[in-house]
Amino acid sequence: MSKVKKLTNVLFSPIVTGGIIGVLAPLLVHFGNPPNMGICVACFERDIAGAMGLHRASVVQYFRPEIIGFVIGAFVAAIVWKEWKSRTGSAPVVRFFLGIFAMIGALVFLGCPWRALLRLAGGDLNAVIGLLGLAAGVVLGTGFLRKGFNLGRARESISATGLMLPVLLTVALVLSVVVPKIGDGLAFFSSQQGPGVMHAPLLISLFIGILVGVFAQRSRFCTIGAIRDTLIIRDRRLLTGVITLLITALATNLLLSLLTDDTYFKLSFAAQPVAHSSFLWNFAGMVLAGLAFVLAGGCPGRQLFLSGEGDGDAAVFVLGMIAGAALAHNFGLAAIPDRIVEGSLIIGGPALPGMVAVGLGIVFCLGVGFTCSGKYRRG
Amino acid sequence: MMMEVDARGLSCPQPALMTRNAIETLGSDDEVVILLDSETALENCTRIAEKNACQTSTSRKDGITRLRLKKP
Repeated sequence: MSKVKKLTNVLFSPIVTGGIIGVLAPLLVHFGNPPNMGICVACFERDIAGAMGLHRASVVQYFRPEIIGFVIGAFVAAIVWKEWKSRTGSAPVVRFFLGIFAMIGALVFLGCPWRALLRLAGGDLNAVIGLLGLAAGVVLGTGFLRKGFNLGRARESISATGLMLPVLLTVALVLSVVVPKIGDGLAFFSSQQGPGVMHAPLLISLFIGILVGVFAQRSRFCTIGAIRDTLIIRDRRLLTGVITLLITALATNLLLSLLTDDTYFKLSFAAQPVAHSSFLWNFAGMVLAGLAFVLAGGCPGRQLFLSGEGDGDAAVFVLGMIAGAALAHNFGLAAIPDRIVEGSLIIGGPALPGMVAVGLGIVFCLGVGFTCSGKYRRG
Repeated sequence: MMMEVDARGLSCPQPALMTRNAIETLGSDDEVVILLDSETALENCTRIAEKNACQTSTSRKDGITRLRLKKP
């Protein structure tokens, strides 16, 4: 192997990508993103759904540039390395609904797998419960994979298919900046308080998003793939990246706590930022998310990178997640964070509709799992 | 014996799983060809093959990669 090839293999390894995310995500918090939420694919897609008025939860409305950066970065990397290929046809409608339920599960936990790692790196012990739930969901999903689960073959498609998300998300981001707010329903929504108002400067968010997009596309970084591949093909390549993310994010949080006046690390279960300490629902929410992600072939970050490199099926999953966020907030399915009222802690978590939705979601995913694997598979 | 496995258009981790299953059935003089159409799947399948001490060679035509595996 040539020296250049060896160098690019190291540069674009999951370890380096995990390290980049681990350092840059806490820095995004430093620049203004919500605490322990430097990057959260689920939360940020939810904020985008809010910015477009698909839900009216006024505290979570902001057109997050990081998400668009991920897709653009992956798009550019795929073009440069000649991997861009428009493709679709692998059960898009099933993927859409998997996206909806994955988002509901993530919003019951209050975070995607990336944020679960970042929350843990900020001392939020609920993330341990969430990650255990996520692993349980992936284990359940790999059971189907071992029995031949797949959503069918994708085929090469017209270029328009693969260009949809990269182009339209970029246009939407530009519009979200240039269209002034001229009244409710007439322009993009933006939060006046809550997590939606906390954000890093646009160009920093976008630049970091693109950088992460490039590295993640090249390294195939995927938090779900990390657990899945370790379990079923004994391949720990992706897992090394996930562990690096956790360690570097922890180190960066501790360093930022030392160098600035803000707190980036607080070890506890209760009253963590944008989190709840209802153990059962942290676990169950992530079982649903993990199961849906593994059936759809990757974590929400990976689905964005795939969308960038021309995968129309991944793009439909992303749209499903955005629709899921709208449903989650319109029907009151998302969890409420812990809060302190007059000095006493009120533990958050989902209300009854959210609990029912998690149950339905798990039944839905099991149904998809059974009908697309083993002797029940048709077509 | 020569075997052909068509993993085109399938998403992760199916191509890798199919490769592993094919390798398990491979005898000393047997050969298996995996048909692939994505770089990611090619990387994954090659890694699985090399882990299982298989010799690999690839050829490409019309966007389809033929990954040839053989036990030494």
